[in-house]
Amino acid sequence: MKSNRAANFGNWILERMPLSNLWNDHMAHYYAPKNFNFWYFFGSLALLVLVNQFLTGILLTMNYKPDAKLAFDSVEYIMREVHWGWLVRYMHSTGASAFFVVVYLHMFRGMMYGSFKHPRELIWIFGMLLFVALMAEAFMGYLLPWGQMSYWGAQVIISLFSAIPVIGEDLSLWVRGDYVVSDATLNRFFAFHVIAIPLALVMLVLLHIMALHEVGSNNPDGVNIKKLKDENHIPLDGIPFHPYYTVKDIVGVAVFLFFFATVIFYMPEMGGYFLEHANFIPADPLKTPEHIAPLWYFTPFYAILRAVPDKFAGVIGMGGAIVVLFLLPWLDRSPIRSIRYRGGLYKKALLLFVISFLALGYLGTQPATPLATTFARLFTVIYFGFFLLMPLYTRWEKSKPLPTRVTHTPTLEERIPVFIATFKEMTVSQPITTKNGTTLLSRRPDLTGIINVTIRLAKKLKDSLD
Amino acid sequence: MINEGVDRHKRRFLTSALTVVGAVGSGYLAVPFLSQMAPSTKAMAASAPVTVDISKMEAGQMLRVEWRGKPVWVLNRTQAVLDTLKTLDSQLSDPFSNESEQPTSSKNPTRSIRPDIFVAVGLCTHLGCSPTFRPEIAPHDLGEKWQGGFFCPCHGSWFDLAGRVYQGVPAPTNLEIPPYRYVTDNQIIIGDDEAEAMEVKA
Amino acid sequence: MKNLIFSLLLVLLPLNSYAAGDVDLQSADIDLTDTASLERGAEHYVSYCLGCHAVKYIRYLRLSRDLDIPEKEVLKEVAPVGAGIYDKMQSAMNAHDARKWFGTEPPDLSLIARSRGADWINTYLKSFYTDAKAPTGSNNTVFPEVGMPNMLWQLQGEQTPVYTMVDKRQVLDHLENDGKGTLTEEEFDLFVNDLVNFLVYASEPAQLERQKMGKYVLFFIFMFLIVAYLLKKEYWKDIH
Repeated sequence: MKSNRAANFGNWILERMPLSNLWNDHMAHYYAPKNFNFWYFFGSLALLVLVNQFLTGILLTMNYKPDAKLAFDSVEYIMREVHWGWLVRYMHSTGASAFFVVVYLHMFRGMMYGSFKHPRELIWIFGMLLFVALMAEAFMGYLLPWGQMSYWGAQVIISLFSAIPVIGEDLSLWVRGDYVVSDATLNRFFAFHVIAIPLALVMLVLLHIMALHEVGSNNPDGVNIKKLKDENHIPLDGIPFHPYYTVKDIVGVAVFLFFFATVIFYMPEMGGYFLEHANFIPADPLKTPEHIAPLWYFTPFYAILRAVPDKFAGVIGMGGAIVVLFLLPWLDRSPIRSIRYRGGLYKKALLLFVISFLALGYLGTQPATPLATTFARLFTVIYFGFFLLMPLYTRWEKSKPLPTRVTHTPTLEERIPVFIATFKEMTVSQPITTKNGTTLLSRRPDLTGIINVTIRLAKKLKDSLD
Repeated sequence: MINEGVDRHKRRFLTSALTVVGAVGSGYLAVPFLSQMAPSTKAMAASAPVTVDISKMEAGQMLRVEWRGKPVWVLNRTQAVLDTLKTLDSQLSDPFSNESEQPTSSKNPTRSIRPDIFVAVGLCTHLGCSPTFRPEIAPHDLGEKWQGGFFCPCHGSWFDLAGRVYQGVPAPTNLEIPPYRYVTDNQIIIGDDEAEAMEVKA
Repeated sequence: MKNLIFSLLLVLLPLNSYAAGDVDLQSADIDLTDTASLERGAEHYVSYCLGCHAVKYIRYLRLSRDLDIPEKEVLKEVAPVGAGIYDKMQSAMNAHDARKWFGTEPPDLSLIARSRGADWINTYLKSFYTDAKAPTGSNNTVFPEVGMPNMLWQLQGEQTPVYTMVDKRQVLDHLENDGKGTLTEEEFDLFVNDLVNFLVYASEPAQLERQKMGKYVLFFIFMFLIVAYLLKKEYWKDIH
């Protein structure tokens, strides 16, 4: 009787809302390629972090005061006097960095497997807009604690607008709403951070997913699974997203949460990379900290800005570093999507790009010494070279034949025996007798074994680049 | 693709196990999230006891102090007022304060520890407005029957100068008396009636 | 490829040495479970530092709860006369006087351990030396031309700098103590260490709770991971 009533209520809703269609279109009858690997976790993880930022952000808003006189104190009030305020604040601050970690890995996945290429250009464009909105959200959010780094970081970045010819000065004045970063700036950044940009983020996420589910997901082989379908018009290599990828993504979520909680509970400052030391000093408009660096996720772009010796050109360079990413679908002329079947040129170029991105990220955290600037210039050239030379080298490269079906690569658990064998090769067993007379089997590192394994690994790496 | 040999029982078991673990986890996470909205230490600090110096109070004078963000009245009543109070019982709805909130030390005809000094939370027991202090007798706007007391402007409730509610008005009970005690003859602490408790300056 | 790795190494090595400061810091022994040390630190702080430097985010009530000391004892032993249990650890000095006397306002030290680090404070407090040219009569090797006078000289004794010549320039070699302090060297080290321990606690009172809780949370997530993995494995038997 009772369950009958529940069913009736369910039907009452379903007759008035297209919920079952929505579920089927996007979960139960959305067919995703069956060969997703590790790199495909980061999309759903980005969504999880977004939800985390919303929930913790709403709670923080309840106690935070967007007022230059009160902001710093209110953050410390949250950390000390609000019940569990420290946990919620650390979840939010760690979440901000985690967001960029998963988004950068998500973007790298797209570049590896050609997820930005035809017919998924629009997904990439929405994704890039999401990235830009996320950077704006993070930048404005970082002003809110009103510490020294918040203040001077905002001061520096807003001053970038003044480099634009003719309107620059007025524009930066308009953005600040004052002659320096002040209460007015803090108040408006708060409004953008908690209302305007989160709304834009949600809408862009919807567009990103709608566009994805229209054309279907790419996969590590970059082959189109919709070409080969069975008698029910279901792709031969496709599996329903639910339950297969929902259960798989939950495993990803659990692993992510493990790392996330480790940071929150044991290293919330992450050695000054997630919460900068100077930001524990209240903003002082009369004193710039000795060394200012943006948070780690902006440092590659910051390093490019500093590498260019001209103010306006530097701003153009920094903006250009993001604009070229938007153009990626049209810069890449190769007919092949996945790195697995592309020629060695793209692989080497991508490797160089990753190295230059990481190096620029590191250099951006360091003081701009002449040596560091020289290297930053070198890596800036590599960064732009990767994109701007792409129309050339992607046309020259010799691709490998594309399979018709997706291939099977061994999963992590299938590789465990190989890992054990490698471990055994690298160590030598040596029985140890303890004082009690019991024999323990202990393994010691074995030099020749380690060298052999390293050489094999290096050869494999070299081969994979061709 | 879906095999015949699927162990549905195992799947159902694992699904429910994961649901249970997930629900417990969400439950644990809900605790910090929800308790975040409870009063913080700052709110507790604001609710600390308040000391009032009554040495300079003249007869008939009333002091308003803030305790836990609420108005608390300290009124020095004249002998005339105390005499009037005795004659009002028949017009009141709870003359002996049986239904009202007060510490036992104030459950008496004058609703106070010392007859002359009256201490009460200045919020109407109806819907929480703060009544006005009207000590005069039979003023023009309140009419002949007014013997001096507290009048609530929101919904027209009447209280006498011992905070007792009249009959036929919306307020259900007498004004609340907060816990308080005398430190010396000239000093009272509001919000604290234990002799042991900690003292905090107002 | 080889060149690239080599040049990367080149760029990384020198920068690291820039990042480290030019003074060797003496590491402080931080143990937030040692409530006796924290209580001593709080007492020292109130007697020697609170005159100028507030720790305005800490209430005496919090000390009583976190350090497990009865409220009365906190008010009697730690807090200055007249302070209430809900009061914050405010300094008695007003900003105007401070600017007149020291040219600057002594900063609030609630978060000093998070901005400077425990080792820096530990070294700083021990590194004052007599300098006739300085307005306060003393200078500091970690914080040259510091505006703060040496509050602890009676305990530590007077320190004078000893210079050596390196490349024809005078370089400070070490500080020499006259041994007239009321505390021995070990006692003074303990005194400073307690003070630093207290400041580390004050910079984030929740940190002990946070670390205690972490292992349970991680254990729980690990359990969740195991069940989730088993479920995934069960479902993925379907996929060939």
